[in-house]
Amino acid sequence: MRLERRSDVPLRIIIFAPLMAVLVALLIAAFLIAAAGVNPLTAYVELLRGALGSRLAITEMFTRATPLILTGLAVAVAFRARLWNIGGEGQFFMGALVTAWIGHSLALPGVLGIPVLMVAGMAAGAALLAGPAYLRLRFGVDEVVTTLLLNFIVILFVGLMIEGPLRDPLAFGWPSSVPVDRDFRLPDLIPGTRLHTGLLFAIAAAGAVWLIFARTVFGFETRAAGLNPTAAAFAGVSLPRTLMGVALLSGALAGLAGSVEVLGVTAGVTTTMSPGFGYAGIVVAMLAALHPAGVVASATFVATVFVGADAMSRATGVPSFIADVIVALCLLTMIVALLFTTYRVRR
Amino acid sequence: MIEAIELLWNTNLWAAVLRIATPLIFGVLGALLCERAGVLNLGIEGIMTMGAMTGWLTVYLGGDLWVGLSVAALAGGLMGLLHAGLTVPLGLSQHVSGLGITLLASALSYYLYRLIVEVGDLPPTIEPFRPLDIPLLSDIPILGPILFSQTMPTYLALLSVAVIAYVLARTPLGLAIRMTGENPHAVDAQGLNPMRIRIGAVVAGSALMGVGGAFLTTAAFNSFFPEMVQGRGWICIALVVFASWRPGKALIGALLFAFFDAYQLRLQTAIDGVPYQLFLMAPYVLSIVALILVARRAEVPAALMAPYRRGER
Repeated sequence: MRLERRSDVPLRIIIFAPLMAVLVALLIAAFLIAAAGVNPLTAYVELLRGALGSRLAITEMFTRATPLILTGLAVAVAFRARLWNIGGEGQFFMGALVTAWIGHSLALPGVLGIPVLMVAGMAAGAALLAGPAYLRLRFGVDEVVTTLLLNFIVILFVGLMIEGPLRDPLAFGWPSSVPVDRDFRLPDLIPGTRLHTGLLFAIAAAGAVWLIFARTVFGFETRAAGLNPTAAAFAGVSLPRTLMGVALLSGALAGLAGSVEVLGVTAGVTTTMSPGFGYAGIVVAMLAALHPAGVVASATFVATVFVGADAMSRATGVPSFIADVIVALCLLTMIVALLFTTYRVRR
Repeated sequence: MIEAIELLWNTNLWAAVLRIATPLIFGVLGALLCERAGVLNLGIEGIMTMGAMTGWLTVYLGGDLWVGLSVAALAGGLMGLLHAGLTVPLGLSQHVSGLGITLLASALSYYLYRLIVEVGDLPPTIEPFRPLDIPLLSDIPILGPILFSQTMPTYLALLSVAVIAYVLARTPLGLAIRMTGENPHAVDAQGLNPMRIRIGAVVAGSALMGVGGAFLTTAAFNSFFPEMVQGRGWICIALVVFASWRPGKALIGALLFAFFDAYQLRLQTAIDGVPYQLFLMAPYVLSIVALILVARRAEVPAALMAPYRRGER
């Protein structure tokens, strides 16, 4: 028995792969739910009801999906070029911090201020990933380790800033940064819920990334460099330039996630504002097979699992960590499923 | 400033260095073993978390401390087997699979912990490994309390360095492992199975990572809580590069790192007016600096991260 590369991949297989992956992951997680003494079917029904069962639940789910779309795009962009950006979490926090910092005292009307703050958040995220990208190009330092370690450094830095110079004197208990000015809060998408117009920005970002990859020279060169660096370089693609471009784009997307979360939801920055958005972005991107349009769908799925699991946990007593287990299992089953989209088994 | 220097004369500091280095030594040896065979194991962070949880849980449920370490090794090995299964025969991306293992192993640890253990306001505790005074040797002034009053797993860690260094450098098995990391096709030509060697190395390496995690909950602390590994796994991945894939240098790297960690902890209390986060950042920053310094000279195993398929180059 051996693996043979498919010459062409039919569309039904591309769509079938993530569905199979999710199904298998849910099947494995069912055993863990059963171990908690709860009927897995009951649990999954509760999970769906918790995420999609009411208008409020659905808006909460999309609120959660918004930063996941952006961190997922950040990973998709980077992984396509084989730039292993695992620093989405750090870039998210950097974007959030810079947004809150500038947004607290910026003297601009709201319509102008919001884009300025988003660009600032993007610049912060991009700058944070430019460092590891430069170290890889200049010294050959592996970016996996540097981006991972930067996550820890950034979160400590955020802690330092919100307990020091950016401390909100009005926040009680848990330290928080000063909030962005009220004028810069993103308007609600559906009044009376937490869902904000950031969702539209996230979807627009997915469209923009798709355009860049499908229709620009930069996107084409990046794809070429990711698929076969030697051939791309031979054809005249500057590998360092594409890598740095990808790093800036990827970091900017993760920084935008943090910016949008601050402008739309939290107003101030806390060290606990992200339940692992950066790391979950890896799962989102892989489930989407690194495709920008797929990212929107897979972020919705991951947000459903996270939001639904909280409700399911309250209803059944299954620890809500089951959401993390399901999401991690999806990543592993997805990479196996992806293998079968590019290869087939031959006897 | 004088206080900062006086701290260096304190034997407690140096004893703490060995204690802090222990989980890193296990972790870095584990990562080194995997990488020497050609497989990057980014599952390390999660595997250490799983080792910490399973080792602690075994003791909490009435098991002996050594049984706890063995269970942690077994749990780590199983996670390693999963990583090896995905990356060696299937040849999937070692980066993505490793990150998946980390996410899965951490999530699974937290889930099972919550499921089995009743957590009140404070996490429940166990009776951990106690420091063991080695007769006579521990009475030596200065060196005694530093080197010979450690817990048993610390001695085990130091022993593991010697064993792995010997096995890698001086035995046919070690040669086979190193060759698999350099040129798996040559291994195949010798009539050995590179896939089996890789799987074996990843499982054994992951078992070591599990023990490293278990040290945190059965010797350094006495309870388990989420996020307790705190990037130690990633530090180990950096240390392997710093050590140029050699066990002896890996020991030095782990000790050096542990020294900075122990020293910054004490500096925090000795120096006023500097935010404590700056001290906590120092070890991570130093790891990055160390990587920059050695990256140019790194002797990376030639077939690291290259999946092996028979008849395909």
